[in-house]
Amino acid sequence: MCSTADIPTSALQPIELVVIGGSAGSMVVLMELMKSVSFFPIPIIFVIHRGKTSSFGTLAGIFQKANQEIKVKEAEEKETLSPKTIYLAPADYHLLVERDFSLSLDLSEKVWHSRPSIDVLFQSAADAGGKRTLGILLSGANADGVQGLQEIRKKGGLTIIQDPHTAEYPTMPNEALKAKAADYKLTPSKLERTFEKLKKVKLHF
Amino acid sequence: MIESEYQISFEELKEILQLIEKVHGYDFNDYAEASLKRRVTHIMNKLKLNIFDLKHRLVNDTHFFALFLNQITVNVTEMFRDPGFYRSVRENVIPYLASYPHIKIWNAGCSSGEETYSFAITLKEEGILEKSFLYGTDINSEVLDKAKEGIYELKKIKEYSTNYLNSGGKSSLSDYYHSIYDAGIFQSELRKKTLFSIHNLASDSSFNEFQLVVCRNVLIYFNEHLRNRVLQLFTESLCHLGFLCLGSKETLRNPQLLEQYKVIDRRENIYQKIV
Repeated sequence: MCSTADIPTSALQPIELVVIGGSAGSMVVLMELMKSVSFFPIPIIFVIHRGKTSSFGTLAGIFQKANQEIKVKEAEEKETLSPKTIYLAPADYHLLVERDFSLSLDLSEKVWHSRPSIDVLFQSAADAGGKRTLGILLSGANADGVQGLQEIRKKGGLTIIQDPHTAEYPTMPNEALKAKAADYKLTPSKLERTFEKLKKVKLHF
Repeated sequence: MIESEYQISFEELKEILQLIEKVHGYDFNDYAEASLKRRVTHIMNKLKLNIFDLKHRLVNDTHFFALFLNQITVNVTEMFRDPGFYRSVRENVIPYLASYPHIKIWNAGCSSGEETYSFAITLKEEGILEKSFLYGTDINSEVLDKAKEGIYELKKIKEYSTNYLNSGGKSSLSDYYHSIYDAGIFQSELRKKTLFSIHNLASDSSFNEFQLVVCRNVLIYFNEHLRNRVLQLFTESLCHLGFLCLGSKETLRNPQLLEQYKVIDRRENIYQKIV
């Protein structure tokens, strides 16, 4: 069952990778989340849907501006994931996580009319990280990411969706609910608390 | 929805790759795993094959392997992809190439040829196609057949027109093809300057000396080991002061290789061999 309670420390202990997918309406939540990621002890990866024309340097810049105490960068092929870093999928490439926690880019067909696709990132993160993976699916108007979230859950990882009631476009989290892909359904403020908690948990180990 | 009825582990992926190598001689062992695994499971789900059936068909059905090969290699390509790259080629590479009496170009991983024809058009507009020759190679014979024909969907070609104009195109893309119903066939003047043939970057060696090697969005599918091997192969294939063009996300970063090149365009990943 999908819970709305705070996530217990024990569930956060194994987490070594955070993957976040968002589409329409997710920027507001992500900008809020940026407050809680200073010196974040494990790598975070974002896939955010956007038009082909939007300039990525700018988007990374926007996030970086929101918090100087974490590195924000466009993911490069074959670079190894590092803590205290947020990786953004480059425009028009799928982004995948390899078993050795390095990153790969892929130009294959769009998924859900999207490249980068959240499903592609999540499925590879599930494969690569298993129970060490935390997947978070935010506001969006399609179902990209649902299948991937389910994979993360199947492989023993932890899955969270943004509470659809708080989402500007609830389709994405709702589809995840329907597919029983989510362990937790959280409001943005609870999501922030989870990040603070995750930080404490990881710093103590 | 991505179907996920059939799944394989990384160990099973390795088994499949080793089988392919043994039976068909294609070496995929040094491809980046995550993307390759995704493509293999995609085929399994599309054709409703479990791993046992897949292995059986890979061994016993010759036609199936051709189809398999076509599906696991990524053949997404377009004409004048990344117009800024072609602009940079016009500005920074062509003036240099023009000084050679003969220009040989290798487009490695050319897929169905869109990139090769984009180069041919660029060379023509810069007045050096006459003394140039373009070799397009790929691992996949089906896409090469398409490249040889030089026939593409008219709908797609029209989409490429914007790319072409943004790339510094001097006339109209429609000047280079003839329309037949819903397809466009590129001029024989362009086609006769190209030769498309099978070449496997994972196992084959160089076949000529080139003034320019273009290999875009191919290295992203290889692991670090194969990536370096292929870059070494390109280095050996380039003449002194020859150019290497990689994809916009494929930076030359291996220090041993980097010291053999001058960076011509950091953003578009254009390099010139200096040793």
